[in-house]
Amino acid sequence: MKRLMTALLLSASASAGAEEMRHSMHHGFFYGLQADALEYRYGDSGEELGYWSTEAWWGTDELKALWLSEAEYDFDHDSWETLDNRLALQTPVSDFLDLRGGLRFDTPDGENRHYVFVGLSGLLPYWLEMDSNLYLSEHGDLSLDLALEYELLLTNRLHLTPELEFDAALSDDEAVGVGRGLRGMEAGLRLSYDLLDRAVVPYLGVHYERAFGRSADFAVQDGEDRDGWFAIAGVRLMF
Amino acid sequence: MSSSALLSALALLPALSWAGEYRLTVDEVTIDTGDFRKQGIGYNGASPGPVLRFREGEDVTIHVTNNLDEPTSVHWHGLILPYQMDGVPGLSYPGIAPGETFTYRFPITQSGTYWFHSHSGFQEPDGAYGAIIIEPNGREPFRYDREYVVQLTDKHPHSGDRIMRNLKTSADYYNRQQQTVGDFWRDTREQGLAATLKDRLMWGDMRMMSSDIEDVQGFTGLINGKGPEQNWTGLFKPGERVRLRLINSSAMTYFDVRLPGLKMTVVQADGNNVQPVTVDELRIGVAETYDVIVQPKEDRAYTVFAESMGRSGFARGTLAPREGMLGEIPELRPAPLLTMADMGMAHAGMDHGSMSHGDMADMDDSGINHDDMAGMDHGSMSQGRAAELPADPFYAEGSGLVPQAYNDGRFLSYADLRAQKPLYEERKPTREIELRLTGNMERYTWSINGIKESDAEPIRLQYGERVRFKFVNETMMTHPMHLHGMWSILDVGAGQWNPVKHVISVAPGTTVYMETEVDAPGKWAFHCHLSYHAAAGMFRTVIVEGGPEGGDS
Repeated sequence: MKRLMTALLLSASASAGAEEMRHSMHHGFFYGLQADALEYRYGDSGEELGYWSTEAWWGTDELKALWLSEAEYDFDHDSWETLDNRLALQTPVSDFLDLRGGLRFDTPDGENRHYVFVGLSGLLPYWLEMDSNLYLSEHGDLSLDLALEYELLLTNRLHLTPELEFDAALSDDEAVGVGRGLRGMEAGLRLSYDLLDRAVVPYLGVHYERAFGRSADFAVQDGEDRDGWFAIAGVRLMF
Repeated sequence: MSSSALLSALALLPALSWAGEYRLTVDEVTIDTGDFRKQGIGYNGASPGPVLRFREGEDVTIHVTNNLDEPTSVHWHGLILPYQMDGVPGLSYPGIAPGETFTYRFPITQSGTYWFHSHSGFQEPDGAYGAIIIEPNGREPFRYDREYVVQLTDKHPHSGDRIMRNLKTSADYYNRQQQTVGDFWRDTREQGLAATLKDRLMWGDMRMMSSDIEDVQGFTGLINGKGPEQNWTGLFKPGERVRLRLINSSAMTYFDVRLPGLKMTVVQADGNNVQPVTVDELRIGVAETYDVIVQPKEDRAYTVFAESMGRSGFARGTLAPREGMLGEIPELRPAPLLTMADMGMAHAGMDHGSMSHGDMADMDDSGINHDDMAGMDHGSMSQGRAAELPADPFYAEGSGLVPQAYNDGRFLSYADLRAQKPLYEERKPTREIELRLTGNMERYTWSINGIKESDAEPIRLQYGERVRFKFVNETMMTHPMHLHGMWSILDVGAGQWNPVKHVISVAPGTTVYMETEVDAPGKWAFHCHLSYHAAAGMFRTVIVEGGPEGGDS
């Protein structure tokens, strides 16, 4: 990680030097701010949750620094169910795929965890968006996930987006409710409308979560459900 | 020339001398397209800026004062001049700092229609452009009674910086012509499920879009700064011959230009006289100019209609005998789609039996090539009506972009262009340089030979050589390639009659050659003139070594 950071800094300073030399038509650095989801979830047993998934990036075509954030807030118990922030570096490894690596900080209410992670994200054939990561926790536990997404264009502004995510662990980490094996899946379906360019995109949808195996047992022990359906309403933002 | 045009020429010229002095200020301006108003950049308080009128043989002095709070520059597009006067920051000079005045001094050695624009950041898409008319020394080989500049542009509500950032974040940000579920059902009805599915899977496998023709949609087409509703109008007396100086100053948009009911006789391309060719419609690439002569004979209004190549927008103006008259505004024709031929896959040996001849005929009757597989299916193609149209060698065989005139008449092709008088003696090129036009649409990176300008070595040419450039377009976009400082002699197979241009448009899936007499020492820019492609890196520095002034290095 330290090496990666050094690489970023070196590359940034080298590019900044080059920037002065280059003629002014050229632009090297860009940034982006996106909220893929900023949503309200209403569960099948009456629970109310807030959820976000955001990304901020800065960098060049070759190297980007990312801040990724994902959180789930339980309004009934006023508690963070999930609070996952990541700092990462990203570089292209093929025409359509990026390699990411960095640190993940899980700081929900309850037990915290830190991880290093490495992942691949990008576009698979047939327009499947993919994001897959391998995590190593501070206690040496390995886990991985895979998320797939497809955007179906009902019209050029009305989109139907199915999503599917799987989580698996190679060892138990009972303190954070993780059981070895396939531990959970999430599926979502969002109907969105590009209200203002692609900058403001409200949506409605459904979300389903299910825990498997020992992870499901841990959830039940904690008084949670093995699975749950949610109705969702939210907005996607891009600046 | 009419007396009013002469008067306006006199008004613009400080004196009819051989050493004119001109002043330009670079200003923040408000641009009103009729559809929206935005802050932009202009010259002498307006966008577009003034029409600069020079004389061949004149020594011009142009004082450019930068009233912006950022550096600027002015590039005289298509003009042959010393490289220090070419106006590219970092190559010609450092640029013009805020509050400063830079004085350009150079001799005018040519005539024709040109334009000027900022070469800094995205000031040109933001409005920093104007027209140049250079009167020839001698008589022109064509006659006209009056003339108008028709300067086209694609004014977008977003700033250039924002557009670039959006494209880098999501390359299809502005594409609102993507294939939808509805298109899938329509194609299934027309071509069958198997063919439609196969088509979508092929594009999906490549992760590319057949609708990817215009990167930046959502613009309003302007003529001389006026939107379709504001209706720029040029007056004529029936029977007069009217010279239209067409200039495409767009950031990103090719226009298909026509005046329904009138033939256009093309007399100049990129400022140089060509052997007259009469057409019904022409496609003007970004940064190109064409001079055409029309002769409206009836006492009625004629619409000047310029549809974007991807049909996502249009510019409109009017030629009329009196102010306030309106011509009919045609409907936009359906958007074309790229084919496998445009992907450079025409000979990739795809399934030739997948489509019946009947399907092909249906598609051809619609006037556009809906079917993405047409390019691959040469056997069927020859049965369709498309085969009866003269093929345009400057498009890939079976390309979805091949233009067709609105009235099924003649559409100008590069292949129609012949120089009126050879500018150079014909001779063999001393060497060939291959430039592959490359990029990654999904990442919105653009390059030459796979290398962006920021990582590239300059192209070094020797003064006195004649270089043959081979453009191989490996992308799905059309690139208008512009070499500063020296002429681009487009190879249309006509030898010494090959037309002399400053922009060479290279369609997807094609290879195009141009030759350049290396007769201008110094540092020059060579780039795709699509603003966001150039900024992304489809750009090269050309260094001409040696020569009378010793060059630069």
